Amino acid sequence: MEEENVTSSPSTPVHRLRHRRRSNEVVMDGDRVNASPLLVNDRNKYKSFMVRTYSTLWMIGGFVLVVYMGHLYITAMVVVIQIFMAKELFNLLRKAPEDKCLPWIKQLNWHFFFTAMLFVYGRILSQRLANTMTADQFFYRLVTGLIKYHMAICYLLYIIGFMWFILTLKKKMYKYQFGQYAWTHMILIVVFTQSSFTVANIFEGIFWFLLPASLIIINDIFAYIFGFFFGRTPLIKLSPKKTWEGFIGASVTTIISAFVVANILGRYPWLTCPRQDLSTGWLQCDADPLFKPEPFALPAWIPEWFPWKEMTVLPVQWHALCLGLFASIIAPFGGFFASGFKRAFKIKDFGDSIPGHGGITDRMDCQMVMAVFAYIYLQSFIVSQSVSVDKILDQILTNLTFEEQQALFVKLGQMLKDKLS
Amino acid sequence: MQKEIAGDAPSAPTTRVRHRKRNSDVGAGAGKPNGSHLLVNDSKKYKSFLIRAYSTVWMIGGFALIVYLGHLYITAMVVVIQIFMARELFNLLRKTHEDKQLPGFRLLNWHFFFTAMLFVYGRILSQRLVNTVTPDKVLYRLVTSLIKYHMAICYSLYISGFVWFILTLKKKMYKYQFSQYAWTHMILIVVFTQSSFTVANIFEGIFWFLLPASLIVINDIFAYICGFFFGRTPLIKLSPKKTWEGFIGASITTVISAFLLANIMGRFLWLTCPREDLSTGWLHCDPGPLFKQETHALPGWISDWLPWKEISILPVQWHALCLGLFASIIAPFGGFFASGFKRAFKIKDFGDSIPGHGGITDRMDCQMVMAVFAYIYHQSFVVPEVLSVDKLLDQIITNLTLEEQQALFMKLGQMLQEKVIGS
Repeated sequence: MEEENVTSSPSTPVHRLRHRRRSNEVVMDGDRVNASPLLVNDRNKYKSFMVRTYSTLWMIGGFVLVVYMGHLYITAMVVVIQIFMAKELFNLLRKAPEDKCLPWIKQLNWHFFFTAMLFVYGRILSQRLANTMTADQFFYRLVTGLIKYHMAICYLLYIIGFMWFILTLKKKMYKYQFGQYAWTHMILIVVFTQSSFTVANIFEGIFWFLLPASLIIINDIFAYIFGFFFGRTPLIKLSPKKTWEGFIGASVTTIISAFVVANILGRYPWLTCPRQDLSTGWLQCDADPLFKPEPFALPAWIPEWFPWKEMTVLPVQWHALCLGLFASIIAPFGGFFASGFKRAFKIKDFGDSIPGHGGITDRMDCQMVMAVFAYIYLQSFIVSQSVSVDKILDQILTNLTFEEQQALFVKLGQMLKDKLS
Repeated sequence: MQKEIAGDAPSAPTTRVRHRKRNSDVGAGAGKPNGSHLLVNDSKKYKSFLIRAYSTVWMIGGFALIVYLGHLYITAMVVVIQIFMARELFNLLRKTHEDKQLPGFRLLNWHFFFTAMLFVYGRILSQRLVNTVTPDKVLYRLVTSLIKYHMAICYSLYISGFVWFILTLKKKMYKYQFSQYAWTHMILIVVFTQSSFTVANIFEGIFWFLLPASLIVINDIFAYICGFFFGRTPLIKLSPKKTWEGFIGASITTVISAFLLANIMGRFLWLTCPREDLSTGWLHCDPGPLFKQETHALPGWISDWLPWKEISILPVQWHALCLGLFASIIAPFGGFFASGFKRAFKIKDFGDSIPGHGGITDRMDCQMVMAVFAYIYHQSFVVPEVLSVDKLLDQIITNLTLEEQQALFMKLGQMLQEKVIGS
């Protein structure tokens, strides 16, 4: 991959430049009078196709490996991606001369990043962390104590950062510093919490991370392919290379593949079982009724010559259709948002870590929107818990000692027995 | 109040202008070589003192009335304040020239505001709403299903706002539109959620709203008074009128009044009882161990020259000391943040609704920081103290349906079993 980087990188910036320039320059390519930015008309498109395909294969390969290794490794991968994204974005709107007068501004950003990470992952993983620590009494007490005061600890760290910010305000730099402060918060909130929903999905079952992520990738790839071969009508002024043909082709493909991929993925317990603690071993669990095959009679309007009269459908495939619909129609708006943002602040790409694709944020923009939707869909329509039960369970587990929990359990059992008898 | 506003309004802006000009004007003051802008040296200070005192008295009066009326009215007051604050802040960084070319843009701000309000108040008040409609079968089912899909509803509203924003992006206006979008989000997150913690506190007991709010008001008033009479050393470059004497005097006063006020307020059931539903009637409850008087024997060296041998203290007074400490030392940073912000964007005040004080945001800046702290302190340190097996059992019986209770029972059993096996 190193060699490819060296040989491709001189051409890729030129490529990207040529693509951007195409909006203004009229008589660059061929004999076309209106130099359209569409991929169909780009002479050098085959070369950029190869570069993009190569990076895509490597990314997908690495991704599959991490999924095979399990929940904890996927979480680690998400955290690493978040750190790189944050680094890309923190550096984006920074101005070097102002920064020289403000020595601690970088550390302040990372302080807020660390606080946000502690807060978000603490909330998502606290219960599972407690379940991992049952064996050792000392660690158990330490962890439950930390969980109990988790909100207070994160708030304390945030207030320290807040005071640090105010005490380092320098005359004539106020506007820059407030701008950086707002920018840091927007990054942490928009980028960070969205991608952290991914981790929440993972522990419900790798299926709920893998399916949405794959749908976004499939949508991206097929939008590119359809645009490559058939793209003629521009879709939106924000992203001149996107076309209606690519959009519609990709939507149809994504929805169909959602249905099919859900069937394939739903057969593996490794992907469908929720992980209740932070171990890395093999998973056994009772299959959720969502993943049990059910016969489905094909509707009457299917023609007579079709050999199958009914097929086995996992109920989860219907949910996958909704996910596919969202991935093809709404998630691309995440990409439009990022494009508009880049135009507004006159940036070409968020970074250049991935040849042919730009920076990590360029790849993750639609993924983040999808992750939030998947989480909310999961919590609202699939996981059949009620909020109140969760809340009270939380209160019981964080505020009562073990003996008190047992006492409560016994009393509750007695009460329910009395009610039912 | 109308006549006074008409009479005072011409002078109030000039007084404010004179205060601000004092930073640059050297010879305008009472003959001092370094045109110091401290309140002690301002010859017009008595007039501005009267204006501020007048507004303060009205604000405190209105506030006391609403507290008397109850939880639901206080919540309504908080919501009204939030709407006015949002309007002040939305208008602050708007440029009318660009705005003319973007017709639906203001509406977008209010759409996000409404979504945020639905989300935050839905989370805070959902349980209480359910408890209010339990008698009525139809409403109960409607409300419980709304709560179940609450997150999904708010998310769809947010996504429609997001899509609307992207579809209305206009060429050459991208930077302005993105900045307005970021500004709207920052307002909603910083201002809105912070003040919504106030409502969460209210339903735990008006005490947990009234005490922090009073401490901030007391801190403000005594900082002003101590600065008025004794202020000499400037505190921080951001707010040139604040002094170390005012700060320290106010801190001591705030901590002492926290201790005393907690005792006074803790005696009233109306203030200490949590409200489990959205009714407005009278409250009865067992206030809990925090509000039961405990007698402490005074140490020897005090009881020798004081007539009392022991004092009765409500345990909540110790918590009030922590609240007082935060209110005097950390909460003023909210005010510094607002001052720095106004300097950065060269604004005099956030608005001018309140004569002598500026806009509503100018009054609420420290309150918001305090409300969040009060909520987190309450959740982390007060609730574990008062929560007991019996109280939780009570909650389970009143808040959960039979199926939910059984589900809870099974889950709890599972978790306890895992722990027993593991240890």
